[in-house]
Amino acid sequence: MSRRTALRPYLLVVPALLLTCGILYPFGLGLYYTLFDFSASKPRPDMVGLHNYATVFTEDAFWNSAWVTVLYAVGAAGVETVLGVSVALLLHRSSLLGRVLEKILILPLMIAPVIAAIMWKLMLQPSVGVVNHLLKPFGLGGVQWTDTPTGALLSSIAVDVWVYTPFVAILALAGLRSLPASPFEAAAVDGAGRWYTFRRLTLPMLWPYVLVAVIFRFMDSLKVFDIIYALTEGGPGDSTVVLQIRAYLEAIRFQRYSFGISYTIVLWAVVYLAAMVLVRYLGRIQRKAAEAR
Amino acid sequence: MTRRERRRAAYRTRLPGWLADAALLLYFVFALFPVAWMVILSLKPADQLFSTYFSFTPTLDGYRTVLGGDEGIPFTRFFVNSLVVSVGAVALSLVVGLPAAYASARWRFRGSENLMFTLLSFRFAPELTVIIPLFVLYQKLGLFDTYVGMVWVLQLVTLPLVVWIMRSYFADLTPELEQAALLDGYSRKQAFFKVALPLVRPGIAAVSLLAFIFAWNNFVFPLILTSSSAQTVTVGALSFLGGDRPKYNLTAAAALVSVVPPLLLALTIQRYLVRGLSFGAVKS
Repeated sequence: MSRRTALRPYLLVVPALLLTCGILYPFGLGLYYTLFDFSASKPRPDMVGLHNYATVFTEDAFWNSAWVTVLYAVGAAGVETVLGVSVALLLHRSSLLGRVLEKILILPLMIAPVIAAIMWKLMLQPSVGVVNHLLKPFGLGGVQWTDTPTGALLSSIAVDVWVYTPFVAILALAGLRSLPASPFEAAAVDGAGRWYTFRRLTLPMLWPYVLVAVIFRFMDSLKVFDIIYALTEGGPGDSTVVLQIRAYLEAIRFQRYSFGISYTIVLWAVVYLAAMVLVRYLGRIQRKAAEAR
Repeated sequence: MTRRERRRAAYRTRLPGWLADAALLLYFVFALFPVAWMVILSLKPADQLFSTYFSFTPTLDGYRTVLGGDEGIPFTRFFVNSLVVSVGAVALSLVVGLPAAYASARWRFRGSENLMFTLLSFRFAPELTVIIPLFVLYQKLGLFDTYVGMVWVLQLVTLPLVVWIMRSYFADLTPELEQAALLDGYSRKQAFFKVALPLVRPGIAAVSLLAFIFAWNNFVFPLILTSSSAQTVTVGALSFLGGDRPKYNLTAAAALVSVVPPLLLALTIQRYLVRGLSFGAVKS
């Protein structure tokens, strides 16, 4: 290989690399800031070492936020997986209705999550919202959706489910359509029941596809911001203060920059670790699925 | 039974057809009702917002107020801002992203996988980790609340998308095509521009639209890095909820106006969405 060819790919990548550094620089800067006591009230900050992180981990507020974040991520990703796979299975039956509905499946996914949260906020108003209006005949006219701690968390998960279930459904549907036919023919010949076929063939073979969606959804839910910001702003109390909301409040509202960034660095580390574990699991599952074919 | 029918039959659940259709309908009512309700709400006259629910005289006043900026919220300007920064971010991502995607699909070079993974990892980084330092930095550099500042930061959303999706498009092209062009006396550059690039044009179109949608829908960057002159529709729509008396019809109208561009684009690229949304992780 000539020297020219060896160099070329690097030259082609340089612009993207520079742009990437433009983002990596603030990231590094942020990391550096966390070593200082940097806030709007302290323009000449002192070096404090890892003190910010020590404070983060000893604060109840952090553990509360971490707990809320995990509840949110597990709840949202869990419901989206079950609902999304169910919708995909129903659409895969390909009735006329299914073919029509499939075309509009992506609609909620294309609406900005913050706009979706605004829409739901209007619908969930306790006294004048349409949801309670529709529930009135069932004797449930006065539910305080976003004004109680549990209600607020469940409502924000519901908005997440509304926006992102189609994402899981689309990937699961693509997976269903790419499954090989022969195992199913063999099972049919052997006289396997439908439930058995579903549990022992469809689900295991589909799982690698679904898992991609689940990983994306779980990672994204860990760093949710826009839905909560628009729907509850973390309230009532701090019942929905997920980690990114807490970071926002600390850094932007209270202008304790270093402290706020420390929160996001901790979150970043958690997401990174979770990604590594899940991607490794995904790799193992995909190899297994490839062998099974 | 044809092969295809048999294959479909294999997944069929025990449910009778009508029950499955009913379940499907139920989900789609949940999925579509909020949008339908926003349309209704946006057409309500201001004085009938809280009284009767399903009977009212529709009016376009809400849209007129929102687009006319009568509430002191220059929504039309936010709309234009969204257009400018989203198009800007996509254009810049294409210019730097296409060569990078091509290079990483054609050559295995030292660090290529690491670089690609770094790009992808931005997809999972909490936005605020970079935004807060950028907020401080932008204040100093005068990039706060500017188009340049917004385009710069929206790269975080659009560039990984462009590189990862286009990489799989380039990888699907056989290298022989360009090698043939090289034998015909084309330079490497010509082979790229005259052979490879035209062949992935559908991919470029799809990825541009998808990246545009992602940039348009972003909320957290404009929320923190703009205040008024470069503010976008996602932040702008939220401001109608403020004030002592929430203006439901205006909020609904603003929400609907702001979702028109992404929805229109999504309908045009529906076929490519799976590949795009999963960053090529599931090949369709």
